[in-house]
Parts: sequence; C-alpha cells; structure tokens
Amino acid sequence: MLTLQFIPYTEIENLGSARRVKKILDVVKQDKIVLLEGRLKKEEETDLIEITMEEINNKFKGIELAVIDPQTKNVPFMGKIKRSFINMLLGDRQGLTIIGPASIVKDIKKDPHKIELLTKESIKKKGKK
Amino acid sequence: MANIFKRIINKILRNLFKRKKHIKLGLYGPPNVGKTTLANKICEDWLGEEMGKVSNIPHETREIQIKEQINIKSNGRELSFNLVDTPGIATKIDYEDFMKVGLKESEAKKRAKEATKGVIDAIKWLDDMDAVVVVLDATKDPYSQVNITIIGNLQARDIPVVIVGNKIDLKKAQIKRIQAAFPQYEVIGISAKYGNNLNDFYESLFKVAS
Repeated sequence: MLTLQFIPYTEIENLGSARRVKKILDVVKQDKIVLLEGRLKKEEETDLIEITMEEINNKFKGIELAVIDPQTKNVPFMGKIKRSFINMLLGDRQGLTIIGPASIVKDIKKDPHKIELLTKESIKKKGKK
Repeated sequence: MANIFKRIINKILRNLFKRKKHIKLGLYGPPNVGKTTLANKICEDWLGEEMGKVSNIPHETREIQIKEQINIKSNGRELSFNLVDTPGIATKIDYEDFMKVGLKESEAKKRAKEATKGVIDAIKWLDDMDAVVVVLDATKDPYSQVNITIIGNLQARDIPVVIVGNKIDLKKAQIKRIQAAFPQYEVIGISAKYGNNLNDFYESLFKVAS
C-alpha cells in the first residue's frame, strides 16, 4: 500500500536547511512518498542528495525526486520579477516536490506537461499483462 | 548570507584563474553517460594517454580523477586546464543492481559503498570548479531531477557550463530534446567513443573559459 504525506510549506519555512532535509528524509525512510508544497533551494536539493548518500545502507536504497514547477515561459517580465520578489520574501512556495523511497518508487518520468510516478508494484503488474 | 559571501569569494578566485588562462574544468553528470570516455578522449587527443577505466557497469568511476596541465590549441589560441573527472551523481544506489550485472554480493556491497562516497565527493568538489562540462546521455530523458539539480546548482554558484549530449552515434540519440530542456545553455552533440564532433566541443571550451 502506498502512503503519501503532504508537507505544507509552512511546516518547513522556519527550519534551517539541514533540518528541512532531515525532516523530509525522516518521512521518506518510513516508506512514505512526500509531497512537498513548493520547492527546496537549489543548494538544499544537493544537500538532500548528499545526505541521502550518507544514509544509504542495505535497507535504505536512496530516493527518487522530482520537482514540478509552474510554467514561466509565457509569463510577462514583470510577472517574473514579482514571482522572484515573493520567492525571496516568503520562500519558493510555487510548484510541488515529490520525494519517494527508491525501494518503492521506481522512476518519476517528467516532461514539461506531465509527470508519471512509477512504483515497483505498477511495473511488476505491467510486466504480467 | 554566508552562501552569498562564499559565492563572491569564489567568483573573485575564478576571475583570477581566468586571467591566468589555467582553469579547473569538471566533468559532471549522472552515472554511465560517458564522462570518463570523454575524459580519455580529451587526454588521448592532447596528452597522448588515457585517464581512467571505463565499463558498462554504472559507477565505474568512484573517486575523483584529476589530470593536470592539459593544453588545447585552436586557431592560434591556447587553453590550459586541469581536468577533473567526477563520479556520476545519483539519488539512489542499490547493491542488488550491481549483482544483476554479475558482481558477487560482497563486491556489489563494496561497490555501492564506494559509489555513495563518490557522489558525496563529486558534490563537495562543485565549489572548486572554474567551469563545468555537464555530460548527458543523448539517448535518455534529459528531464531527470539529477540533471536539473546539477545544472541548477552550477547556475546558483555562477559557474560557467557547457552541456554535452553524448552517444550521438546511437540511433535513439535526440540532441534537440536536451536543447529544449536547457534552452539557456549551449548543447553540443558528440560521440566520445568515436570522437564525433569533438572540434565543436573543444571550441565550446574556449567560450566557457573566456
């Protein structure tokens, strides 16, 4: 059975980078898929990969990660400035970050228009058909 | 605040290096995209020797490899750099995957442990680079979060980047897909294995280092 846990941005906004990453990894290590409102800072994404590597063992195999960002291609220049300003003040709340344990999430396929989360179970079923 | 300060210092240091025309050039990317094959090709072309071992098993390179004093020449210009080949960056490493390609359990576990350390080292070295070649497999989906995270981090650190789509000798290669995924960067399609389009690649190194 898949368990999804939604983490609103308000739950991490006052945490430092290390504690944000730890909070997410703690949930993922309970075999839950995290749906995080917004996205981590770019440096935090690499911290997440680095700490994940430190924690890998025979049981915990790592994570699958994807960020869905709202399209900014057709947003006018002033709109982009406004977004950057809001992000600077309140953190990057736009979009959604999906982080799952690699033992459950086989792959997250992403292109600009859609996202597909493939679990190990769904791949086995596909193979049986 | 500390990060901003660190970035400013890095930028100043990088500019100092640029004036000397001797830079630290990193090869980054996911596992098994051909970073070491490209490193070997560069070394063969300009030093007449190879740099590291390659294989079809992911995470063959598990330690940072450095080749010093590579001088490339083109149209009367000269560029001197230290080439840093890094372990492939991944978000997951399962020792059982290595067993599926024929390694014994003990070897697979050892390789997995070394591979995790390699990823950590590669990330730690990011800050030391003056310019980076991000190597992607042109036959694979470019939208993976590892690619986006590596390139996003280099952008945040203000490190110049050139993206290489490797394996264009294969039928499934789609350079246009990489260009669509990262439109703000120059994307060069090459085959490191067969040496295709390497002149364009060397030309891009002059641009990224200037």
